[in-house]
Amino acid sequence: MSAPSGPVGRSLPRVDGVAKVTGAARYLDDLPLAGVHHGVTVRSTIAHGTFDGLDLDPAFDWSQVVVVTADRLAWGAGLAAGGFGENYVAMIDRDQPALVPPGGRIKHVAEPLALIAAPTKALALAARAACTPRQTARPAVLTIDDALRADVALYGDDNVFKQFLIRKGHADDDEFDLAMVAAAQIIEGTYHTGAQEQMYIEPQAMAAWKDGAVHVAGSMQCPYYVHKALKVLLGCEADDVVVAQTVTGGGFGGKEEYPSMLAAHCVMLTAAVGAPVKMVYERDEDIAATTKRHPARVRHRLGLDADGAIVAIDVDVVFDGGAYLTLSPVVLSRGVLHAAGPYRAPVVRVRGRAVATNHPPHGAFRGFGAPQTTFAYERQIDKAARALGVAPWAYRTRHALRPGDTTATGQRLEHSVGTDEILAAIAKVAGPPPARTGENAHGAPVVRGRGYAFYFHGAGFTGSGEQRLAGKARVVARADGTVAVLASSTDMGQGAITIFAQLAADALGLPPSAIVVPDPATDVVPDSGPTVASRTAMVVGGLVERAATALRARVEAWAAGAGVAGDFTARATAMIAAGVGLDAHGALGETVQYEPPPGIHWDDATYTGQAYPCFGWAGCLVDVEVDRDTHQVAITRCVHAVDVGKAINPVIVAGQIEGGTVQALGWAVLESVRYKDGKVTNASMTNCIVPTFGDVPDLETIIVECPYPYGPHGAKGVGEIPMDGPAAAVANALEDALGVAFDHVPILPEDIARALAGAS
Amino acid sequence: MTAPLTITVNGQPRTVAASPWRRLLDVLREDLGLTGTKEGCGEGECGACTVLLDGAPVCSCLVVAGQADGRAVTTVEGLADGPLLHAVQRELVARGGAQCGICTPGIAVCAAAVVDGGACRGGDARAQVRELLAGNICRCTGYQLIVDAIVAAAADVERGQP
Repeated sequence: MSAPSGPVGRSLPRVDGVAKVTGAARYLDDLPLAGVHHGVTVRSTIAHGTFDGLDLDPAFDWSQVVVVTADRLAWGAGLAAGGFGENYVAMIDRDQPALVPPGGRIKHVAEPLALIAAPTKALALAARAACTPRQTARPAVLTIDDALRADVALYGDDNVFKQFLIRKGHADDDEFDLAMVAAAQIIEGTYHTGAQEQMYIEPQAMAAWKDGAVHVAGSMQCPYYVHKALKVLLGCEADDVVVAQTVTGGGFGGKEEYPSMLAAHCVMLTAAVGAPVKMVYERDEDIAATTKRHPARVRHRLGLDADGAIVAIDVDVVFDGGAYLTLSPVVLSRGVLHAAGPYRAPVVRVRGRAVATNHPPHGAFRGFGAPQTTFAYERQIDKAARALGVAPWAYRTRHALRPGDTTATGQRLEHSVGTDEILAAIAKVAGPPPARTGENAHGAPVVRGRGYAFYFHGAGFTGSGEQRLAGKARVVARADGTVAVLASSTDMGQGAITIFAQLAADALGLPPSAIVVPDPATDVVPDSGPTVASRTAMVVGGLVERAATALRARVEAWAAGAGVAGDFTARATAMIAAGVGLDAHGALGETVQYEPPPGIHWDDATYTGQAYPCFGWAGCLVDVEVDRDTHQVAITRCVHAVDVGKAINPVIVAGQIEGGTVQALGWAVLESVRYKDGKVTNASMTNCIVPTFGDVPDLETIIVECPYPYGPHGAKGVGEIPMDGPAAAVANALEDALGVAFDHVPILPEDIARALAGAS
Repeated sequence: MTAPLTITVNGQPRTVAASPWRRLLDVLREDLGLTGTKEGCGEGECGACTVLLDGAPVCSCLVVAGQADGRAVTTVEGLADGPLLHAVQRELVARGGAQCGICTPGIAVCAAAVVDGGACRGGDARAQVRELLAGNICRCTGYQLIVDAIVAAAADVERGQP
């Protein structure tokens, strides 16, 4: 990294840092809301069946409590007539009711059946305990196999929410079989990955009130997703509802689609109560009811020729989507698009299905389908190297994609391919593997091993998604000398507002302190698209840079003509004083809209073409130490090299990589969401554990920069890729240590004990 | 009617007419308006609600207000000396140790007690941080930059730098 001349490339402290370390930052539950009532949700207790009605304990004092069931609301009347629109949480489909009506179908154990509001949370919780839903249970679908058997229909008649088929280098299954039959050997495996809880430390939190328009504020990633869902729920026009993000205490995908549910509930309650209502989930409810990473089963066959080169790849991916469609088609899309991995293969077939079950809906979580398929292919690649007697990193070095190669969708890689830089970065620091046996710090006997993984992650929306989305950003210069960046991208901790300030400042020739980035509210900021898909720096950051550049050009052209000297602020202030080209707020602004880079072709029907504008690339080395007595796994070393194109703020980038790495290490050996009869049985932080300070080693983070020509200063995605690969590296290290294959995550001590007992 | 509680909060004696059985966390947030202390789990696992009770870190969700009667409580709002941040706060900002920030008050409070007590220095400083802060969960950072910040803050404190 060369020394930066402007603000870009410098590790400036985050703009919200001081507010966060002093406790001054106000999250939803910290905000004073006069006369606020507290909302809670009455949920189903069966995985599948019918909601027959709600019994209220007559001994309870209901005088200060409002109870809402769906049959009490005027659906179809619309907001203007004092009613509501449609009883759905509108996302891709309209299949998920916001509130199951009496007589309606229950599809999972945490379905909202009724809403309660009371002046205190304690009273609301007591009232909830005095409610008993009457339910009639039906047989439930709780496994992928049962879903595919479709004896019980939950969605259509086959329970398949969505399927994809990718074919490369063959026309049909017969041709594919010919290619696979020609292989000298076939590596075959079935991989299972479990649900994972996002475990943001701020629970889901939302508030609503009416003040002319319906106002909703809360903890969320995507204000315009909530806005879209509320337009359907309320039956109203865009201007009738305003959605604002408040300081958000972590998201990781968990606040991508689920906040629309809380927003719907707050809006229903506030209409019933006639006062502001807020809902802040208790931790147990948050774990039990909200979306998690899709559990997955991936069958993977790797056909190799006599020299070990890949001749054909065959992948069958099935994701458990849970009870409603939510975002499962999009998660599945990303899963299948990454399923063949970053390796040369002339023939590839990937089939993917997302199926309906009676689990609470699974949804967005950092990596968004890619971690599941990455785990499978990186276990497969490791097994191939092992079968061939080739060192695992050498095998990857030989067969990884390089410029000129094509991916599974036929996307020819031309620029920004970090393969060689990543491979070299890991090889340079690897050093000798740890001693095979020894003792740990407690004097217990241990066995050690080393594992690797290499992977890629498409940055931005899939295919023509960014074009369809047509995200916008606006940069405005105001009379008070400040410059504001207006974008709907939220900062949930990842540093979006800091890098936006850096990019705008760089383009305008100003210090970052001159830039403000207001909290996104739908009546203030344009729709820049959701804060997802590793797109914020690359796509929205690019819009910010372009808008700032256009604004500077306009101001400088005017200043040259008017003979005004000085920096951007001086010239813009003079231009505003002269009243030239002002917007409705008396400011100077430029709005730009996304334009695709040249030569992007994607065919949604055949799933061929340029799946992503570019890819990030990454490599991971993990050393593990297994206690021979307890089978506890210690991660003793983790090196993670990630190609981000350009680190706009290297410390923020390192924080993204390290945070994602530890979530992935947790998924590998700790994080287990357990279900029984469709219900999460470990819905508390006591036993649904995530890594602590003591569970991870000091991390060795290597930032690699292979610039993306169409990203701001070369930046591409960073948010998700660190989640994709470390779990496979851990499983590979455990196989290296123990000589036993682990084809699932999480790999818990009891799994190791069982596997070793089976092997001996 | 219960007798009011007297708690010295961030150096100021405060009298609160609250049930002694309410959680200290709720009394701080709701009665005293000190919303810097966060609730992440309500069961003492995440550490976001950490405050100092007579100088020792506790989860304020597991302490009832009566236990704080007549004692001193320090919250995140009491760490800085006016505009002058505590070394832990300053280093967390400078080194990227805060991301979403919801765990940060608890971590700052716990780390301030630890480094002010003379810990997290010397050759095994990083290991000390990992052990002493193990009750505070952060889901954003992977802990690396927080460890960096606390070790740096301990060095600042050792040098006598505020």
